[in-house]
Amino acid sequence: MSEVVALGKAGAAIRKANAAGRAGLVGYLPAGYPSYEGGIDAIKALVDGGCDVLEIGLPYSDPVMDGPAIQRAAEAALAGGFRVRDVLRTVEAITAYADVPVLVMTYWNPIERYGVDRWAADFAGAGGAGLITPDLIPDEGAEWAAAADKNELDKVFLVSPSSTDERIRMTTAACRGFVYATAVMGVTGVREAASDLAAPLVARTKATTGLPVGVGIGVSNADQAAALATFTDAVIVGSALVKQLLDGNGPAGVRSLTESLAEGVRREPSAAAGR
Amino acid sequence: MSTVLPDQLGHFGRFGGRFMPEALIAPLDELTQAWQSAMADPGFTGEFDRMLREWAGVPSLLYDATRLSEVAGARILLKREDLNHTGAHKVRNALGQALLTKRMGKPRVIAETGAGQHGVATATACAYLDLECVVYMGEVDTQRQALNVARMKLLGAEVVPVTSGSRTLKDAINEALRDWVASVDKTHYLLGTAAGAHPFPAMVRDFVRGIGDEARAQSLELLGKLPDAAVAAVGGGSNAIGLFAAFVPDEEVKLYGIEPGGDGFETGRHAATISAGQIGVLHGARSYLLQDEDGQTIESHSISAGLDYPGVGPEHSWLAETKRAAYRPVSDADAMEAFKLLSRTEGIIPAIESAHAVAGALEIAKELGPDATILVNLSGRGDKDMDTASTWFHLIDAPEAGRE
Repeated sequence: MSEVVALGKAGAAIRKANAAGRAGLVGYLPAGYPSYEGGIDAIKALVDGGCDVLEIGLPYSDPVMDGPAIQRAAEAALAGGFRVRDVLRTVEAITAYADVPVLVMTYWNPIERYGVDRWAADFAGAGGAGLITPDLIPDEGAEWAAAADKNELDKVFLVSPSSTDERIRMTTAACRGFVYATAVMGVTGVREAASDLAAPLVARTKATTGLPVGVGIGVSNADQAAALATFTDAVIVGSALVKQLLDGNGPAGVRSLTESLAEGVRREPSAAAGR
Repeated sequence: MSTVLPDQLGHFGRFGGRFMPEALIAPLDELTQAWQSAMADPGFTGEFDRMLREWAGVPSLLYDATRLSEVAGARILLKREDLNHTGAHKVRNALGQALLTKRMGKPRVIAETGAGQHGVATATACAYLDLECVVYMGEVDTQRQALNVARMKLLGAEVVPVTSGSRTLKDAINEALRDWVASVDKTHYLLGTAAGAHPFPAMVRDFVRGIGDEARAQSLELLGKLPDAAVAAVGGGSNAIGLFAAFVPDEEVKLYGIEPGGDGFETGRHAATISAGQIGVLHGARSYLLQDEDGQTIESHSISAGLDYPGVGPEHSWLAETKRAAYRPVSDADAMEAFKLLSRTEGIIPAIESAHAVAGALEIAKELGPDATILVNLSGRGDKDMDTASTWFHLIDAPEAGRE
């Protein structure tokens, strides 16, 4: 029964997709790229194209987990004068536009600098659903957990192929919303070949939790999304969407790729549908 | 000799810890275990000591700098790490971690470097121990330090210019971490300073703590007592923690960390992380760091490439917060004056990093008075800095300009 609470906003949206016999689609774009307004338009295109959950990246000066595409967009956003408060305004604009859970994916220092309690309150006030924290592990996350719980925000932590079963159990127990499985050993970026690390990681993760498991693995097209959808609850796409913007295809390019990915996650009966 | 900190998760009080991607947590746990078991194994520590002695020229001398002392107005002792193989204290850490890499059975080492000193030390240790070596170096730094790039290549290392971000040391660390997360099965990240995620701050400290352990014993032999103060430059903080570790329990010995004050602390163009006094998370640990009001890292400025880093090791933040050590900035100009002074009084051309410590010691000598004995870590030699010095003192284009 505690799982009802732990599903949070993002988990509920993914389970709704699963109940319809498909995997959820989670789309990532950074705030502030190619501009503040342009970033909002691009994120709206994720909604229009059929994402079930949104991930908005908070541009940071030292994105050690990100590959070239997301690095370039973040650097450009910062060079363009992007501020952390602009993420809150972006979240506000998107939640006013659509009823889709909005998560922010952020390295930890900007949140610590903003003030964890103050961030949680302001972010919840802007309509945000929760945070994905790529460099905050639950071991260091007590302050965030308390602030998130107080404001009913989702806490999405990551699991990895290198995680021990014990760490996966500890991490999923700390999550609310869903569990983010980074199914390759490496930074973010589009990958041609499917990773054989994904399915075993999803299985190990599901053995510890009833929460949905989303997989980020460098998916860039509908076929890859469809293949992934056979064994995971949600397909997470980032770099390929960012590349649409880097290549100058704008919100139209984002929407068109999102629609194609949304078709992909509907193509095969999802393993998650049986839940 | 044992230091109780950090705790099991790598915390020095509220500093340190692990702010790292989950993918690296299990590898960091394995590293912690391998390091702790190695340090408890006389076979490992004996081999490390033997290599330091036979190959790296350790223990380094403790030198009674009488002519410098006359100018300073207090007795100055120099710990001559500049005489080590590769010319700096860094060889201790590079050799220790390279030996640990062998023990872990990993064939490949990656490292970051700013000016190139840690890169050279790592490439040297990897050549000696037959390890593949890749060094990440900001593109700006590869151009400024072409000679060190050549050294690393001669030693068989691959040097990868980093073109992301500000193209300097912090971006080289980012790129090394990106490599590591994809290669950790076969690769050890040989971090060059006592910073980063646990176990790096404690592990690097333990590999370089010979500096202070030796100096403490040498001081007792020379003076019959401990020095009144120990002084070292602090960038990331490895040479300073290496000196301080032995003296932390000796409360009568004052500890001073000298931070790079750049154009002057008041100008904001500096790398005096602790003096600037803001706490945050960078490169895997909570510590003091240079950041803007949004928590974005600010580029640091120092004439010394080896101190030019916007973060600092977490144990220094803890020593500062608990007031066991005092940290203060020294400007580029004062460091360069000390650089010249040491060259002309003792015939020792120091690394500009170490010149910061000498400049700090000159100030501290005035404060402590003529009866004081001040131990200074002369962490490296200045050959690598001759371009900078030539420009600063106009030694080549206008040979008279730098003269008194």
